[in-house]
Amino acid sequence: MTDTAANSAALAAKPQTLWSTAWRQFRRNRLAMICLGIVAIYVGVFLYAESVYWFARLRDVVPSYKVADFAARNAHPSTAHWFGTDFAGRDNLAQLIQGVRIAFEIAFLTSAILIPLGFLLGALAGYFGRWVDTFIIWLYSVVDSVPSILSIISISYVVGRGMKGIVIGMGLVAWVGLCRLIRGEYLKHKQRAYVAAARALGAGHLTVMLRHIAPNVLHIIIIVFTLAFPRFILTEVILSYLGVGITGEPSWGVMINDAKQRLWLGVWWELGGATAAMFFLVLALNIVGDALRDALDPKLKTAEGSKA
Amino acid sequence: MTAYIIRRLFSVIPITMGVLLLVFVIYRVIGGDPAVRLAGKNATPQKIEQIRKTFGYDKPKFFNWQEAWQNTKPAFAQFRMEFARYRSKEVGVGTVFQAGFRLLRAPMAVFDSQFWQIVRQFAQLDFGKSLQSNQRISRMMADGVVPSLCITTPIFVIELFVAIALALLCAFYRNTWLDRTFVVISIVGMSISGLVYIMLGQYFFSFELGWFPVWGFEGVNYVLLPVAIGVIAGIGGSLRFYRTIMLDEMYQDYVRTAFAKGASHKQVLFKHVLKNAAIPILTNVVVAIPFLYTGSLMLESFFGIPGLGRMTVDAIYTGDEPVLFAMVFIGSVIFVIANLITDLCYTWADPRIRLQ
Repeated sequence: MTDTAANSAALAAKPQTLWSTAWRQFRRNRLAMICLGIVAIYVGVFLYAESVYWFARLRDVVPSYKVADFAARNAHPSTAHWFGTDFAGRDNLAQLIQGVRIAFEIAFLTSAILIPLGFLLGALAGYFGRWVDTFIIWLYSVVDSVPSILSIISISYVVGRGMKGIVIGMGLVAWVGLCRLIRGEYLKHKQRAYVAAARALGAGHLTVMLRHIAPNVLHIIIIVFTLAFPRFILTEVILSYLGVGITGEPSWGVMINDAKQRLWLGVWWELGGATAAMFFLVLALNIVGDALRDALDPKLKTAEGSKA
Repeated sequence: MTAYIIRRLFSVIPITMGVLLLVFVIYRVIGGDPAVRLAGKNATPQKIEQIRKTFGYDKPKFFNWQEAWQNTKPAFAQFRMEFARYRSKEVGVGTVFQAGFRLLRAPMAVFDSQFWQIVRQFAQLDFGKSLQSNQRISRMMADGVVPSLCITTPIFVIELFVAIALALLCAFYRNTWLDRTFVVISIVGMSISGLVYIMLGQYFFSFELGWFPVWGFEGVNYVLLPVAIGVIAGIGGSLRFYRTIMLDEMYQDYVRTAFAKGASHKQVLFKHVLKNAAIPILTNVVVAIPFLYTGSLMLESFFGIPGLGRMTVDAIYTGDEPVLFAMVFIGSVIFVIANLITDLCYTWADPRIRLQ
């Protein structure tokens, strides 16, 4: 009896932040926890792949995943090569691991464009309103009017094949969703008493926008990032197919496209490996993203359904 | 209501201009000099210069201030001269007006630039010629629309109905094994690349089993497999989306009221929930309309269907920029128009919107 009373007293004393309540709710979702574990494994693989890549690059040697062994071309999966080998006898497992690296790099670099752009424009539009809002709404309506796959293709095509094109293309197109959500939040928070209090105490617009309101919308950025990540991976495959994808490195899109002709010759392990590697990450991220949204902000309307 | 409709109609103009500006900025500004891209890797400077001349890439991008200034200066001198002659009664007032008119027109040369050239062309529905086939792009598009629609319309309609039916089923049996199974299937389906569905579908059903033709567009038989693959690849995302919409509606107060007054499950589902879900459904349908037009890029090029999607893919492979430019622009205009129509439908379907 006294024990529970002490417990609840401790609970009451401890401030209940958004994050701690969210984490408690997230933890209850067993499937999401498993998926979080899967994502953590992928992060580990990503770090490993990054180290393999940089090790070879700094030593100026051919990295292990690019070593061709023409004696073992298109080899079946075996104990030596768990996922078989490709047309040049390179180990598929090593390439899949590098695919994790490429996928994470694309996601991080794209987010480095998407998040600042979407956040700043959304915050400006929501906070200042009036003509700033009108202009930014016009801007995102315009970007949103172009079917996203076409604008991503166009930008990647003009920028040139490779990582740069993909990242700039997706970054300059995908900010719209975040911008919309952030704008809505800023519109809401602008009316709150704490903003008026901060203004009354003499805080400038920029301070209110970035120091006072921004922490209250931070969770949206995390949700959007988690839900956008799988879409980046799936888009990369399409871009690779259209010939504006990664070059010279084994991304999953490149592997799936390389496997296109060889599938008809009965080489299924290349396609299978890349699809499986992609599948688990995309699935885990989708589920974690949904659970995060449910835990942090159940009313948030994130765009769903992808058309390509 | 009328005021709203008129306002909404006018709002199309800035968006369309913005889209044109965006596509222009992508193809002519961000990517650097388009002439260099078109000339290829080992082009001589002379060749690049020549391409620049032929396509008008040597003109200024947005405003031709130089040309305007050069035209205005002599026109102004002319006007002054004519005016002086009129003062000394050498010429009539008509000559002065003519000179004045020329002076007013001279600065219009500021619009002799790449962007305004495109605006003028597109306003006349002239999208230029393909670099590869030298055909008119408008002609190519007209040829490609029908095959594209043959693929995308069935996909769209089947997917819509199946997804909504399954979503209602899930909403009705929410949190039972049936609902969970569908949720798992849909999220699993969403997590596989569309390309993999196409590759496996073509490999098994066309190549291994030989049930359907692999390539071409000569009859109903050629369409069945791409449509089936398209539906399967897309149904996961749609089902999840519509299920969310239905569940949102299921927790509304009017549903409780309907149950309380004794309406059956079926009545509540079809008469109340489905009707109220119509607006979010409509929105999602509109978002998918440009997809009807662009076709499914990958499906068409895998199955050799001569539609707009394949045209776009070929244009990317061969670097046919005028075709890409026109495709992207038209796709966006269709979206803008579709959006307009939805908004007008809203005012008809939902009286609350009229008041805003």
